[in-house]
Amino acid sequence: MEKKFIYADNAATTAVSQEVLEAMLPHFTTAYGNASSIYKLGRDAQRDVEEAREKVAKALGAEPREIFFTSCGSESDNWAIKGIAERLGKKGKKHIITSVFEHHAVLHTCEYLEKQGYEVTYVPVSDKGLIDPEDVRKAIREDTALVTIMYANNEIGTIQPIEEIAAICHEKGVIFHTDAVQAVGHVEIDVHKQGIDMLSLSGHKIHAQKGIGALYVKKGIVLPNLIHGGGQERGKRAGTENVPAIVGLGVAIEAATRNIAEKAAVITPRRNRLIDGILKLPYTRLNGDRDKRLPGNLNISIEGIEGESLLLMLDMNGICASSGSACTSGSLDPSHVLLSIGLKHEIAHGSLRLSIEEDVTDEDVDYILEVIPKVVDRLRSMSPVWEKMMKGEKYE
Amino acid sequence: MMYSEKVLDHFSNPRNVGEIEDADGVGEIGNAKCGDIMKMYLKIDGGIITDAKFKTFGCGAAVATSSMATELIKGKSIDDALKLTNDAVVEALDGLPAVKIHCSVLAEQAVRAALSDYYTRQGIDPLPIVGEIHEPEE
Repeated sequence: MEKKFIYADNAATTAVSQEVLEAMLPHFTTAYGNASSIYKLGRDAQRDVEEAREKVAKALGAEPREIFFTSCGSESDNWAIKGIAERLGKKGKKHIITSVFEHHAVLHTCEYLEKQGYEVTYVPVSDKGLIDPEDVRKAIREDTALVTIMYANNEIGTIQPIEEIAAICHEKGVIFHTDAVQAVGHVEIDVHKQGIDMLSLSGHKIHAQKGIGALYVKKGIVLPNLIHGGGQERGKRAGTENVPAIVGLGVAIEAATRNIAEKAAVITPRRNRLIDGILKLPYTRLNGDRDKRLPGNLNISIEGIEGESLLLMLDMNGICASSGSACTSGSLDPSHVLLSIGLKHEIAHGSLRLSIEEDVTDEDVDYILEVIPKVVDRLRSMSPVWEKMMKGEKYE
Repeated sequence: MMYSEKVLDHFSNPRNVGEIEDADGVGEIGNAKCGDIMKMYLKIDGGIITDAKFKTFGCGAAVATSSMATELIKGKSIDDALKLTNDAVVEALDGLPAVKIHCSVLAEQAVRAALSDYYTRQGIDPLPIVGEIHEPEE
């Protein structure tokens, strides 16, 4: 039998699509001009970069001049948050609002700013993994410079009430940034309609290569220059453009946003079948709201087992997945996201995240649902925690 | 993170998994909050560890170190088992990633906890022989 290989970790990264690769390839060998050069080879490169910018802008409902290419989602987050903090901090606005379950690119940037004398309010999330816009309203003060709330959570996939939060920010005259790395290509985004002032995105989550991202900055908002040097990215982020990656991002985002609803219609039932199938196992729970979540995301806690062991066993069965256990995060604490929605440490350790796209077929879903109970049974049979649970003893 | 072939082998085919119903010593170390619990069962006859089994809740390294520790003490004298160090477990597994070394310490301590229980059952104070058992910090 051919060895199964099912990639169910698209929230971690995705493969570069054939379409993207083909668009990129000439830019390595024949169309290799520097976009700043005057001759045709350079002008062509510049045209291709600007075309990509238009594609990114179109996908977000923005204008091309509002799009800045960066190296990744983290860079976009850092630039947006530190940039606004620097600008408005000088005017005495040294307060930032974010949430407790942001990506570390946002959380660690906020922690850094706290050390620089800024104040940060971390709004809570509900047990369903949703932020209450009213909590944002209550947190806004006279000296609030920025609200930064993720569009969709990277672990539990919950989609936040972005429009409502943006409206509250504007009512109070506060700039609103969202880390939309997980959302782009999976939910319809229109930055102007939704009132988003700044938005971070990443290429490798939507079948472009690793090492390319973008930041949307609404016209009228001025960020300090990130990299000083040449005039690239309107002088804001110097450095010769990564033309192949930028071209790839343009093609990727166009493809990813072309048929969001159709993709969701294929993926959601498969994802739901996975959720229902895994929840048939005793002592399991779905993390995050069932409906307000990304179509391909599921995150389930399986009591009595530890996440890394589960991932290794799934890998041995050809399934790539992810977990929020401490062992996979490289620290002693399990995922801050799972703790933020109220999970106990011992339950957070045994979590499983699958993030699927259309290439995971109904047959693959059957296979995953065949493997998971076997693997869970095996791990539970050797788990002293499970043994205690079955005897009705406490194990904390 | 890179696991050696040996770690992966001991994870996927763990040796000596299970319980010993009439064990002479049982030791448990760790807590679920930290994400690792090892329970070690020993059968001891005439100062020799005739059988060792374990149950583990934890990561790949926790399972592999438990498995290797039971292999290393089976058939050995209590004295030899008491000399088992976490370094020996790591070495036998062809190394562990730095962030997983604590698992090997758990395995070493689980053996000591089981031996401590053995002495207690014999009515002998285990402390002078086995020493303190170190629980992982929360």
